[in-house]
Amino acid sequence: MTTEATSRHPHSQSQSRHRILRRIGTFISYAGLSLIALLFLFPFFWMVSNAVRSNTEVLAVPVRILPEEYQWGNFVEALVSLPFGTFLMNSFIVACGVTGIVLVVSCLSAYAFARLRFPGREVLLLTYLSTLMIPQVMLVIPLFLVVSKLGWINTYHGMILPVAFSSFGTFLLRQFILGIPKDLDEAAMMDGASRLRILITVIVPLAMPAIGLLSLFTFIAQWKSFLWPLIATSGLDKATLPLGLTLFQTQQGTSWNYIMAGATISMVPGVVLAIVLQRVIYRGITVGSGFGGR
Amino acid sequence: MSESAVAEIGLRPAQPRRLLKPETQTAMLFLLPSFLGFMIFMALPILASLALSFTNWQLLTTPSFVGFQNYIKLFTVDPAFYTILGNTLFFAVEYLAVNIIVSLTLAVWISSLKRGKAIFRVIFFLPTFTPTIAASVVWLLIFTPDGLADSVIRWLGLGLPNFLLSSSWAMQAVVLVTLWANVGYNVVMFNAALDLVPKHYLEAAMIDGAGPWRRFWRIRLPLISPTVFFATVMTAITSLQVFDEIFAMTRGGPGSATATLGFAIYQKGFTNFQMGYASALAWVMFVMIMGLTILQFHMQRKWVHYDD
Repeated sequence: MTTEATSRHPHSQSQSRHRILRRIGTFISYAGLSLIALLFLFPFFWMVSNAVRSNTEVLAVPVRILPEEYQWGNFVEALVSLPFGTFLMNSFIVACGVTGIVLVVSCLSAYAFARLRFPGREVLLLTYLSTLMIPQVMLVIPLFLVVSKLGWINTYHGMILPVAFSSFGTFLLRQFILGIPKDLDEAAMMDGASRLRILITVIVPLAMPAIGLLSLFTFIAQWKSFLWPLIATSGLDKATLPLGLTLFQTQQGTSWNYIMAGATISMVPGVVLAIVLQRVIYRGITVGSGFGGR
Repeated sequence: MSESAVAEIGLRPAQPRRLLKPETQTAMLFLLPSFLGFMIFMALPILASLALSFTNWQLLTTPSFVGFQNYIKLFTVDPAFYTILGNTLFFAVEYLAVNIIVSLTLAVWISSLKRGKAIFRVIFFLPTFTPTIAASVVWLLIFTPDGLADSVIRWLGLGLPNFLLSSSWAMQAVVLVTLWANVGYNVVMFNAALDLVPKHYLEAAMIDGAGPWRRFWRIRLPLISPTVFFATVMTAITSLQVFDEIFAMTRGGPGSATATLGFAIYQKGFTNFQMGYASALAWVMFVMIMGLTILQFHMQRKWVHYDD
């Protein structure tokens, strides 16, 4: 990250010039990426910066980068004025429930599509994939009819099951499994391992990066989800965080500062999960890449 | 895809024909959970939505069968339809191109670093954790008249209008916000794929005198092409459906400058309660998405490499 103006080592001149150029290159690389990263982070700064202002100061002209008066109490106010604890718990239950089902179901089906031969495989796979193209906004009405017929409105399973069978996970894991050498399966099969055993002991550990990625994507998609929870719930007792955030928009006006405070709070679990899972995703990849001399 | 299946069959000795091979039975067992869920929560609602598209249904009344009337009305009577179609395609093409270029660049850039990869990955992934409602409100605040964006534009002397009030710039604001909110998915995915590229391939190329540019085009890109393909297909599918950002930021405006199919479906269905007409629009969107996906699957033979 640092550059040395001159090289005092008695190497040949071209070698030291080469090293200096490389250091400058590294410095520019870090500086450029850091600048982009800062621009990327700016909206978050803006979110927090407006979360601690009074509502009138949020909309004041001219724009001030930092608040004139810090109202840290907005965070407490946002948490207390609505049952935020319940919203957090509901979001957590729904997101974890969906992620759990998606992982089990996708591992099984992705393995079947990637490794097993059966009549109609290609057709069934294409049928699964084509459902990814179905506009979500349109599925919501028929899904509501199904869920209300089953009497599942305002229940956790009513919020979880209808969104837990997307073929996204099947497609993602299948693509990764296709990249795992087949010799490994065949070696295990020679040893008399069943398909389920091969899946659990050979494929799943190697596909850990993809599985981590899928867990992260699924959890976060559910954590953010708005439309389905809105339709599948009928009261505050099952409302999730995004639904809670909209409650700051009332007929009396929008509490921008509380929305910003609520949004800041709602990001915390996702960030924690990402930091934890990123270890799984990338450590797994290092193990995988050292494997079998692909 | 079909190529690999053929190769696989060729390698194995012919097996005696039975009604259901053990492998088929295993496959059926493995697919059972996803198939059940698929039928109840996907196939059934999809068929219902198709049926609805041939009806006139005002949500509270009983649906009445009208044949192809909704579709005919779409293509011949509705004056807004072709504008909406144009907006949708414009957004999808621009967003897809920008997203893939930006995410690949960032992923390659990050993977070239010796230290601090994790920090950058988390930073670019951060917006994807933000509930869309919250993210959109933040950007709405940034783009508000006399707000931050206007101040920056004035300070830089760019002479641009307020993005959300200008019919020619509003869509660019939507592209920007959607990119900010979603580019992290592809960055992380490409990063994961790039880290899987065996080091010795790159070292061998370096010894052969290949520069960074050549190493990217000849080694890295071909090796991560299945992941790039996956990302391109998924991004195309989601970008044709764009709704959240438009709903939260522009409501299709100003005028109909940012009205896309996703927004029109919502508007017809949930504001005007024309469920039949909205379903017909949704099926038009489905056909568009399917067409694009088939095209991508067709083109993948030219540039996607599978390690078989």
